Amino acid sequence: MSKEREQGMSLIVKTITRLTVGLILLYGIYIVTHGHVSPGGGFAGGVIIALAFVHLLLAFGKDTAFKVLSESMMSILESTGALLFLLIALIGFVGGHFFMNVLPKGHPFNLFSAGIILPCNIAICLKVGAGLFAIAVALVLLKLAVEKEEK
Amino acid sequence: MTTASAVIPLIVAVPLAGAFIIALLNQKIPRLPDLLGVLATCVGLLLSLWSIYLVQVQPTSVYSVGNWPPPLGIAMVMDGLSAFMLVTVNAIAFAVALYSVDYMERFTAKWQFHSLFLLMLAGMNNVIITGDLFNLFVFLEIAAVASYALVAFGTERHALEAAFKYAVMGTIGSTFILLAIVLLYANTSTLNMADIGRALAQSPAPHLTLFVSGLFIAGFGLKAAVVPFHAWLPDAHPSAPAPISAMLSGVLIKALGVYALCRVLFNVLGLTSQISSILMFLGALSMVIGVFLAIGQWDLKRLLAYHSISQIGYVLLGIGLGTPLGIVGGLFHLFNHSVFKSLLFLNSGAVEYATGTRDLQKMGGLAARMPVTASTNFVAALSIAGVPPLNGFWSKLIIIVAAIQAERYGYAFWAALASVLTLASFMKVMKYAYWGGLGDAWRDVREVPGFMKASMVVLAVVCVLGGVLLLPGLREVFLGAGVEALHQGTHYAAGVLSEVK
Amino acid sequence: MVAYVMCMALLGLGIYCVLMKRNLIKIIVGLVITEYAINLFFVLISYRKNGLAPIFAADAPVAPETMVDPLPQALVLTAIVIGLATTALIVALAMRLYEKYGTFDIAEIRELKG
Repeated sequence: MSKEREQGMSLIVKTITRLTVGLILLYGIYIVTHGHVSPGGGFAGGVIIALAFVHLLLAFGKDTAFKVLSESMMSILESTGALLFLLIALIGFVGGHFFMNVLPKGHPFNLFSAGIILPCNIAICLKVGAGLFAIAVALVLLKLAVEKEEK
Repeated sequence: MTTASAVIPLIVAVPLAGAFIIALLNQKIPRLPDLLGVLATCVGLLLSLWSIYLVQVQPTSVYSVGNWPPPLGIAMVMDGLSAFMLVTVNAIAFAVALYSVDYMERFTAKWQFHSLFLLMLAGMNNVIITGDLFNLFVFLEIAAVASYALVAFGTERHALEAAFKYAVMGTIGSTFILLAIVLLYANTSTLNMADIGRALAQSPAPHLTLFVSGLFIAGFGLKAAVVPFHAWLPDAHPSAPAPISAMLSGVLIKALGVYALCRVLFNVLGLTSQISSILMFLGALSMVIGVFLAIGQWDLKRLLAYHSISQIGYVLLGIGLGTPLGIVGGLFHLFNHSVFKSLLFLNSGAVEYATGTRDLQKMGGLAARMPVTASTNFVAALSIAGVPPLNGFWSKLIIIVAAIQAERYGYAFWAALASVLTLASFMKVMKYAYWGGLGDAWRDVREVPGFMKASMVVLAVVCVLGGVLLLPGLREVFLGAGVEALHQGTHYAAGVLSEVK
Repeated sequence: MVAYVMCMALLGLGIYCVLMKRNLIKIIVGLVITEYAINLFFVLISYRKNGLAPIFAADAPVAPETMVDPLPQALVLTAIVIGLATTALIVALAMRLYEKYGTFDIAEIRELKG
């Protein structure tokens, strides 16, 4: 039973997952990049992207999910996101003020507008997406460890 | 903004960057966590010393983040109290980071420790420096979440239990703080602390102010472990690894609890006589109950944790008096307690490192084998008990004199009594742990490694020389500006807002 | 007005849950309810009937009186993120506690006292 569970759920779930994971991921990216013109942003989009990976984790089991995004990769992405955010702040700092806008503001409702908000959103998305998936993985691994001990 | 104050945000950014660089590169460079941990805290210390100079040049400097002028954007406000707290926090953090280089060798995930430690430091620094109420809440939570994780760092049974208790209580405290912030925002439509002060001065709302003050006292009181809200502290502080106990007891409860409470009550809401008497009463209660609970403990670190509650009581009593002398005593005691309590926790960590036990009844005669630990512990014990001429004596004396001057003879008596009981309790520690015949089990105990010794000796020297800070000349530079910042009360708003324009 | 009262009732329920329940998971649920009651309260105070999105654009002049206050939404989002981090940490702690003690009952998890 436990062997089967580690390999994931039934064929129906796996097939549907194959179809939907890409779409969820794409939707997450859309939410992140349009955070400054419509509701959403780095956190909401990051959560959706993390959910795409959690979906994969639930349907195919942890081995497949780790093939797509390994644990060390998660850690690297998470730290990179945080450092990127800080770097954006520091670029503004060199220009005069911490977090000061250094990019052109553009025309409202265009994709490339609102200055540093878009890069900030991308940095937050990296941090939140990787971080949330890491939390899910950590809790799943903890649960597996507990179950193994009970047997 | 002058060029001198341009460095203000770096005091938050440097530890934050250190934390994430450690997380990113720890596998590639093995000694990096130690190196960066010490380096980032050292830079923090230098920056905070620079901020003392900054305050001398210009009493209040405001830094608007993102070039958005307050009250629209987030402001960072550097005044005497912030500079004072920054020096306290970063000095202790530097000593603790130095100590953990050797101490944390026994734990497996050393990089996680340093990363969380720097995250906690960044949170505390920003709580101290911010001029925005919601920003204060966010970074308070960052520091608090990092500290929950650090308490559970050993992942032993009792550490997990303590961390769970601490996390639940801490979250409830944060909820109260958030509710208070929401109510203030609903009433004044601003989050900038100076602007809230201005709005409340223009259209006073006494009932709301009183209710919000109560919520802040409960919320920050939970973080500071003032007596009715203290239940988590004696579990959480001893269960953490020793450097973290030193950090939590030494500065975290003060930065997140006492500092934030004083800043909000004195400078934003305005201190009324009601609030002042509540603060003094809670302070006296913590002082006495903490020391009575401490005296019966046999677990070394637990005993120290109860003394933290007691000493926080002194700080609150002094500041709650509201007179300049009382605030001098309170702030000076805050600094002194940071120094000697972290030293005591580092000593207890050294004993645990060498012998593997925290039970006073099993120790004995360790002074013969661990001279540095024993002598620094002796200095710290005398200091916390208020024996002249060590620093703890002066601050306690000022608090008692201030209480007598304010005609609060009862509080002065309790403060003196708690001091005597503290002395008794620390003589017990010295007698059972360090003096007397050497136990058979400890024949081949060895003194702790170099970095641990170095940081303990540095803190002990500060304990001995701490009284110097009261001398004219030094007193104005270090304490005076902080006292001035608190004693000006709601004039804080005018000072900050005039700086913006 | 009713909404505010319900909101405070939710807050009371959450705190009751934290204080009175003996199961770790129920305590965590209580914490989450408490946090969300405050978030709801925050959103409620900024609610405006028929309010418009607060965007000042040259081609669509909107009077500030009809706009909703955008700040509480942003702050609530931040508060939710903080709540998420805290909850994740506490859940992980609860799972480790279960691993060590084999129970979620706080009456049986009490090695620390005195």
